[in-house]
Amino acid sequence: MPPSRVHPAIRVASLRKHFGALPALDGIDLEVPTGTVLGLLGPNGAGKTTAVRILTTILRPDGGRAEVLGIDVARHPQAVRERIGLAGQYAAVDENLTGRENLRLVGRLAHLPRRTIAPRADVLLDRFGLSDAADRPARTYSGGMRRRLDLAAALVHRPPVLFLDEPTTGLDPASRSDLWQVIEDLVADGSSVLLTTQYLEEADRLADRIAVIDKGRVIAEGTPATLKAGLGGTVVAADFGEPAASARAAGVLSSQLGLSPELDGSTLQLTVDDGPRTLTRVLRALDDADLTPAGLTVREPSLDDVFLTLTGHRDGDDDAADPTREPALARGAA
Amino acid sequence: MTATTLPRPTALVEPPAAPSLALRSRHAAGDAVAVAKRNLLAYVRLPELAVFSTIQPIMFVLLFRYVFGNSINLSDPNVAYVDYLMPGIIVQTAVFGAAATGIGLAEDLQKGLIERFRSLPMARSAVLAGRTLADAVRNVFVMALITLVGVAVGFRIHGGVPAYLGALALILVFAFALSWVVATIGLSASNGEAAQAAIFPLLFPLTFASSAFVDTSFMPGWLQAFAEHQPVTITVNAARDLVLGHPVGWGVLASLAWSAAILAVFGPLAVRRYRRAA
Repeated sequence: MPPSRVHPAIRVASLRKHFGALPALDGIDLEVPTGTVLGLLGPNGAGKTTAVRILTTILRPDGGRAEVLGIDVARHPQAVRERIGLAGQYAAVDENLTGRENLRLVGRLAHLPRRTIAPRADVLLDRFGLSDAADRPARTYSGGMRRRLDLAAALVHRPPVLFLDEPTTGLDPASRSDLWQVIEDLVADGSSVLLTTQYLEEADRLADRIAVIDKGRVIAEGTPATLKAGLGGTVVAADFGEPAASARAAGVLSSQLGLSPELDGSTLQLTVDDGPRTLTRVLRALDDADLTPAGLTVREPSLDDVFLTLTGHRDGDDDAADPTREPALARGAA
Repeated sequence: MTATTLPRPTALVEPPAAPSLALRSRHAAGDAVAVAKRNLLAYVRLPELAVFSTIQPIMFVLLFRYVFGNSINLSDPNVAYVDYLMPGIIVQTAVFGAAATGIGLAEDLQKGLIERFRSLPMARSAVLAGRTLADAVRNVFVMALITLVGVAVGFRIHGGVPAYLGALALILVFAFALSWVVATIGLSASNGEAAQAAIFPLLFPLTFASSAFVDTSFMPGWLQAFAEHQPVTITVNAARDLVLGHPVGWGVLASLAWSAAILAVFGPLAVRRYRRAA
């Protein structure tokens, strides 16, 4: 029985993991149908990496179930390992080995037939644009090259299910865009992918479905389009140049129109169902109160807005940019 | 089609039968060798690592032979200090070399390499076995080198070459056992520097409060009590008897027993740390 015809690539039910008293995963459910990409979106510390670590057999769950192609990761870890590839935020390559040696090492450790290892490494090096650097130690690679090598290393044994844990964190925009192209090609070839990311744009571009996770729970799940639609139609942002004016404007809108705008310094933001009509009323009320915005934008909601609405805090706030926070937490408690 | 023929949505797929013990053993050996090769390549790619692990023992030979040697008393006036010194230096080199296992593992852990290894269908033992194997290979190389340096500064093998090789083998076994101790420490450390900071305070007293460089009978009583019964002294004394051509008593067996006991405790501990480290 080919498992992929019956079972989804990944299925997670009521999965729980605690580090000490700290719940890293507080009962999450996920499903990734074969051949699709699920984006796991959330700030650092949300539990994304913990979920990936459990699914890749690195951590054992405290409760609930996690399956890859129908195989229970806790009961049959070795069988799961044969079917998965992991590329992480650390770019886990051996810096002292060349790119070619890194890929061949993974091939050997995955017990591929010896004669297939060298040609497969060559194909991957070529595909990821690393042929010219293939015989240089990975120490000399740029950040983008390391990520590509790391991703290539995850593909040496041709796993049907891929885990990409923040694959582009810390990369410059050009390298990020390169890597997105590579991932899109992989998906086009039929891989199933669980992608974790803090970048809303990344999830929007790569994922078929998105699960938003915060504090160890899935707080929303759907296609990028449904998530945005669930937010209402239109986002209106008005900049008043100074916080006092925007605060006054917010007061006017909530008392006269019953709206609840969100304040961010001198900017006021509204998410409304009926864009044009509400916008007219908003502008009229503001004009009556003698408040004229210095700048005004009207746009479709982005995933950033989804995040803000769901979690009450904007991704990228405070320490969310620190890529070491969640793993450090996990290691300290493990 | 009846309902009973439908796959239950929660049915688990039973993975293919686990490979035979023979195949698993072959994989485990192959994986360990692959990892060992990877670790040894670091010495080729990072010349400073190779220089550090060879220059330092050579410096110790020269330092103790010419700087301290003339001031060190031995209770047996018939033994030349250089002959007394060399087995001690070789043990000291192997003991300090074991630190590389712990530091290397802590660095692999920090860089996420251990996670990659643990997500691969490779043998669970391979990362540790490969690392300790690579250390043993490096030790053989360094032992040969400092033997040559020793001979150049007057060291002579009195017990015959087979006994000398036996002494080296005894030291290799001891260093192998110790590398599982430092592996346990390294896998509990958050990075290479932390591992180093935890390992050397353990290795220094073991090495210097021993018979490696000095005659323990000149130590204060309380220290002597420790120095004469700790495993480094026992291994050094056994190796020294073999090198000097002295009658070998229970020393060789005692050293092997220490190595076996250390391995029995720290082998499983290190493997447990490896499985849990993340």
